[in-house]
Amino acid sequence: MQFWLIQTLNSLALGGLLFLLSSGFSLIFGLLRIPNLAHGALFMLGAYLGATVLAQDLPFWLAVLVAGLVVGLGGVVVERLLLRRLAGNEQGQVLVTLGIAFILADLCLLAWGGDPIPLAAPSGMRRPLLLFGFAFPTYRLAVLVLALIVALLLYLLMERTRLGAMIRAGVDDREMARATGIRVSYLFGCVFFLGAALAGIGGVIGGPILSAYPGLDADMLPLALIVVILGGVGSLLGALVGSFIVGFLYNFGTAFFPDFAYVVLFLPMVLALGFKPEGLFGRVRT
Amino acid sequence: MLGWAVLAIALAVLPLLLPGTFYIGIATHVLVYALLALSLNILIGYGGMTSLGHAVYLGVPAYACAWLMLHAGLSALPAAIGAVAIGTLTAGAFGVLALRATGLGFLMITLALGQIVWGVAYRWVALTGGDNGLRLPSRPHPFGIDLAEPTPFYWFVAAVFFVVLICLRHLARSPFGACLRGTRDQPRRMRMLGHNVWAIRWAAFVLSGFWGSVAGLMYVYDNGFVSPQTLALPQSAEALLMVVLGGAGTLAGPVVGAIIITLVKTVASSYVERWYSLLGAIFIIVVIFMPEGLVPGTHRIWRRITRPRLAERRAA
Repeated sequence: MQFWLIQTLNSLALGGLLFLLSSGFSLIFGLLRIPNLAHGALFMLGAYLGATVLAQDLPFWLAVLVAGLVVGLGGVVVERLLLRRLAGNEQGQVLVTLGIAFILADLCLLAWGGDPIPLAAPSGMRRPLLLFGFAFPTYRLAVLVLALIVALLLYLLMERTRLGAMIRAGVDDREMARATGIRVSYLFGCVFFLGAALAGIGGVIGGPILSAYPGLDADMLPLALIVVILGGVGSLLGALVGSFIVGFLYNFGTAFFPDFAYVVLFLPMVLALGFKPEGLFGRVRT
Repeated sequence: MLGWAVLAIALAVLPLLLPGTFYIGIATHVLVYALLALSLNILIGYGGMTSLGHAVYLGVPAYACAWLMLHAGLSALPAAIGAVAIGTLTAGAFGVLALRATGLGFLMITLALGQIVWGVAYRWVALTGGDNGLRLPSRPHPFGIDLAEPTPFYWFVAAVFFVVLICLRHLARSPFGACLRGTRDQPRRMRMLGHNVWAIRWAAFVLSGFWGSVAGLMYVYDNGFVSPQTLALPQSAEALLMVVLGGAGTLAGPVVGAIIITLVKTVASSYVERWYSLLGAIFIIVVIFMPEGLVPGTHRIWRRITRPRLAERRAA
């Protein structure tokens, strides 16, 4: 019983982390029409930045804030300086994000070395929480709650604000949105900041569970891709549902068939592509 | 015809001109990567489908060949045939999945599939040896010729390269090649003309996987060893960069790209450890400054230099 509860909670926490990663990926894909292949590297950069801030004995929330701001601003710089030059050349834009992913991964290795750096959980959350006679890892519960709060905030941003309405208009029909006077290129910057910042924040939040290590980017990127293929491009609900499906499959897959954890991920992707190529909640076919 | 004869002679005498076996080894590496880039070019250049999972066709046959010789006890020829068959079958299955989407969706699916195969090679230790990889027992002895030494092995790979190059030229000029370029440029018109666009693309995917598997076989003969690194994303990205750098859709482009990238990698890795930064930087520079690739790009610059002279002459 304890095993199932803990594994379920671990799956939910991983799902929450994946949502932080893939919601930003999905937003960027939805508006800019490019899969940001540097997204895993941004997640890793966030984790390393968080580790550096925490090493100065600064509070955890500050690490989250710093990583979110730095990675988000980095995303804006990349969008302004590189991606904008290649407007209309989507394949070129993807290749540029791939180039950035390699450079970032290499610079992280240069700056932080090859050994994994563990991140400490916030001091109040290191003891397990005792509920109904079971011990729960407090931090993982907190990750889940935080991911749900972020999901709610993103929902409110997209559905209840003027900026969100403009982004939705840009996702549905970029040319028409431009014609009605929306500055779509300004939205590109906003969305890139938001998506990159979410990846950076996700890296810090995931740090105490995954720790920061070289290769974290290559581990996270395919998970984000599968979440988006499964849930549908540009759909927040799809990213949420897809994240939890992948979280459960990956976690239980690793627990039961450690050799085949990746094959277990392969199956939902095959099913989604076979029966619903646009993803569970996607409106456009990728 | 003359061009092909010159190429054949150049390939044959190259090891006699190089100063040592180290350089002959590098020339062999270049040819193996040129084979890989040529096979990927069928998809990217002629089919207009950008794949970021082509390392699968380098790694899967390499693993298959090593496994069949090590654990199934097969001799070199059946193992080679089995390895290429397994690689091609993988392409058949992955093609069905990846072609559910086009454009960037295709790219994402090939990338995700490639990462899954990498994860399997890394984690399924009982089959693949995990991080340690598999070692090939020995290079083959076709017709009793020992390929253990660098120079005979170079000639072997050069012969394979030459044959593949001729096959791919025929493929590009065949009716199938024309159909494939048609589906790249005008998929709707091709459909209206009664062509099965999906089937043409799938066939191109399988062909690309087949020739990629040949490259994978040469790869494992060349290195004598295969590890998850062979299947990792940087390997797929390198292959893509070779095609894009040299010029997609030309026969010479992928070869030029493979020569440059392999040489840069060999030279750079002996001076600096930051090869991946360099790879990323080359990616960005190529995409921004020479998006059509070196071979068509040089051609364009050459014309720009020579044309004004023509214009002057005409004016005079």
